[in-house]
Amino acid sequence: MPHTSPTLVLDHVRKTFGPVVALSSGSLTVHPGSIHALVGENGAGKSTLVKIVAGVYRRDAGEFLLDGAAVNFGSTVESKGQGVAVIYQEPTLFPDLSVTENIFMGRQLLGAGRRIDRAAMYAEAEGLFSRLGVHIDPRRPSEGLSIADQQLIEIAKAISLDAKLLIMDEPTAALSGVEVDRLFAVARSLRDEGRALVFISHRFDEVFALCDTVTVMRDGKYISTHTVADTSVDALVSEMVGREVADLFPKTPAEIGEPVLEVDGLTSTGVFHDVSFQVRAGEIVALAGLVGAGRSEIARAVFGVDGYESGSVRVNGKAVSEGDPRAAIRAGVAFIPEDRRKQGLVIDASVSRNVAAVIRRSLAKAGLLLPGAENKAAAPWAARLQVKTSALDMSATTMSGGNQQKVVIAKWLATHPKLLIIDEPTRGIDVGTKSEVHRLLSELAGQGLAILMISSELPEVLGMADRVLVVCEGRVTADIDRAEATPEAVMHAATHSLEAAR
Amino acid sequence: MNQADLKHADGTEVSTSEALLVEPSALSPGRRAFNTFVRSREFSIFLVLVAVILVATVKNGSFLFSSDGWRNFLLNPSILLLLAVGQAAVVITRNVDLSVGSVMALTAYLTGRLFIDQPGLPIIVVFGLCILFGAMLGLVNGVLVAYGKVPALVITLGTLYVYRGVMLTWAGSDRINAGDLPGDFLALGTKAVLTIPWLTIIAFAVLAAVGYYMYTARGGRELYAIGSDPDAAVLYGLKVKRRILAAFALSGALAGLAGLLYTARYGTVSSSVGFGIELQAVAAVVIGGVAIFGGSGTVWGAAIGAFLLVTINRALPSLGIEDFWQRAVVGALILGAIVLDRLLALRQARKLAEARDSS
Repeated sequence: MPHTSPTLVLDHVRKTFGPVVALSSGSLTVHPGSIHALVGENGAGKSTLVKIVAGVYRRDAGEFLLDGAAVNFGSTVESKGQGVAVIYQEPTLFPDLSVTENIFMGRQLLGAGRRIDRAAMYAEAEGLFSRLGVHIDPRRPSEGLSIADQQLIEIAKAISLDAKLLIMDEPTAALSGVEVDRLFAVARSLRDEGRALVFISHRFDEVFALCDTVTVMRDGKYISTHTVADTSVDALVSEMVGREVADLFPKTPAEIGEPVLEVDGLTSTGVFHDVSFQVRAGEIVALAGLVGAGRSEIARAVFGVDGYESGSVRVNGKAVSEGDPRAAIRAGVAFIPEDRRKQGLVIDASVSRNVAAVIRRSLAKAGLLLPGAENKAAAPWAARLQVKTSALDMSATTMSGGNQQKVVIAKWLATHPKLLIIDEPTRGIDVGTKSEVHRLLSELAGQGLAILMISSELPEVLGMADRVLVVCEGRVTADIDRAEATPEAVMHAATHSLEAAR
Repeated sequence: MNQADLKHADGTEVSTSEALLVEPSALSPGRRAFNTFVRSREFSIFLVLVAVILVATVKNGSFLFSSDGWRNFLLNPSILLLLAVGQAAVVITRNVDLSVGSVMALTAYLTGRLFIDQPGLPIIVVFGLCILFGAMLGLVNGVLVAYGKVPALVITLGTLYVYRGVMLTWAGSDRINAGDLPGDFLALGTKAVLTIPWLTIIAFAVLAAVGYYMYTARGGRELYAIGSDPDAAVLYGLKVKRRILAAFALSGALAGLAGLLYTARYGTVSSSVGFGIELQAVAAVVIGGVAIFGGSGTVWGAAIGAFLLVTINRALPSLGIEDFWQRAVVGALILGAIVLDRLLALRQARKLAEARDSS
């Protein structure tokens, strides 16, 4: 590690969102002239850390020094002004504006009379793209660009900021090999100019090829920092995972029956390709993989929310037509989305109204839906799932995340589904209630329900799933049985290293 | 000329329309400018306007070629044009300002009161006061939208009624009449330079200034950015709230100016001034090609939209079309504009996706 004063110091930084602790103790020290890797599982708190440095979030506690001076950014303007550039995981571009305007928005080059100097901006954008070695027309609109090209524009934007600290949150996730090489060349030249870089990636080959130092995070905490030369992939993976799977509720064995869901060759250009799998009665199948790998998109296509171009979805042997959630519900599919507050619940309505929402047609008498009927229908479900509310007509807003999740599950169970698709079942639920949700899912599988679970949390995947399907960049890269599912195998399959997983 | 000398990097042929979309730099500057212009929404709306004028003039030569016809052609749309320019700035930020009709009514009455109560006041001061008053009313909208985080549709619907209520209470059954106003002021509505009425000159000057600002100033471009993706605008560190305040203040100020010019033009102000004109302003903006979800379109388009709307309303009676159908035509125009917008957007998205997959 170079003996210079660090550009960035974060020490025991903490950030919570309501009851959810996103970052409990984040620490990071980055020196100028260094490329510092930050690794950790999904949900380890890396992105929260980045957003604190960028000024998107304000930390609750802890020290934050930039060039030795304490800072407390309240907005991205302040962090930019202090020379911090961030490339976010998801590109944030203005689709209606040209590529060049996107790069320079808010700090356009000005000519005489404070007029925007478009010619100079086009020239500089072209210069940036040729430095990155990419061919993007600076005059075209940014609408319709591939994710890779959007990512390249983000990179061009960050480079043009002339920042002393450049943070890249998974910049290579969507890039091809050649583009990655060019990005690395640029990153190295920035490093040699004495800038500090933070590089977040799930690809260990990249971490080892590019970075000199690596910091591991887990569960919102700082774990360790090594020089890259002194560590190995295996050592890093064990530090990233390093948790006992046993402290979660394990799935109880259930009798595996006939296939309930059969997905064959599902393809949607640019989203997922040739996805085939089965889920059988009594089985919990987990879709594992990194954020943005296409897991939720596959689930949405199966349920019919999004369309697809080719392939087929069959439930209980019967084909379900594409892009028709109502047909999927009739076929016995229930879908619990990731954002339960927005997509799963009518958040201001009562528990019984929520539970009765999907079956309201069968409850209604002569087209009228009486509260009494709703309560009567909702009560057994709420009791069965042990939803803790004092009364069924209490508003769902006031409930904890775990109980909200139970209400959503109850709502769908009331339709007597054959297949339950659940996206991130315990996201944002505190540790205590998590196991209750797990127990519930396990019980349901025991009763013969087929469950397709999407989860970014490895312990949850390993503890709950009978089979793990790993999705990487829109393709199913591994189908691992419970007995063979280890954290290492799943992580490797999720990060491209297919051979290691087999 | 479509399939000429253009080639992709890999040697395949490119049509001009595709190049314009994906690789504008491959076109020569002259050709790029020409094609961008010819394919612009503003140009096609302009052609529709020309067609309407042609048909009406062929049917009745005095529609355009009489001193009255020419004067009405320029004068009638001027007030709506001012409102449409302000509305366009607001709609581009993915908001809407429905209160402009009431703001206009309030300032129209204020203009009259100022001349009656402060007889010595120079006209230029009255101009300043009215614009300032309109800007303040617009600012109230802006503050409520930017800080209250309530959709602009609801906020400005509320202020539409509040401002109109204030005007009714203030004016009562009082009317401003031409006799109360100084002749110099009324001349604004009647006098012309080279056959172009002063009112129209003022409206065009405002249009030119705002159009120039929207294209060449950082503030103008940021309005587009905010409308294109408000969340991204925050991440970029743009001063989103301040820009939204500015857009509403501009809309209010121009409504204030419109109110003043209304008084100059018609000489009488009653409580029904500008009733329903806010919807015409929104219609002009939409017809003129400003996307209702923000991020694209120009004030030039909105101005042409205002001209088209007013001119059609004047042309239809002279073509012998009944009153009921006149409204239906305007409605069809709005629906047509929105459907066209949607179709063009889908077509562009498909073309871009094809270009991406083939690259």
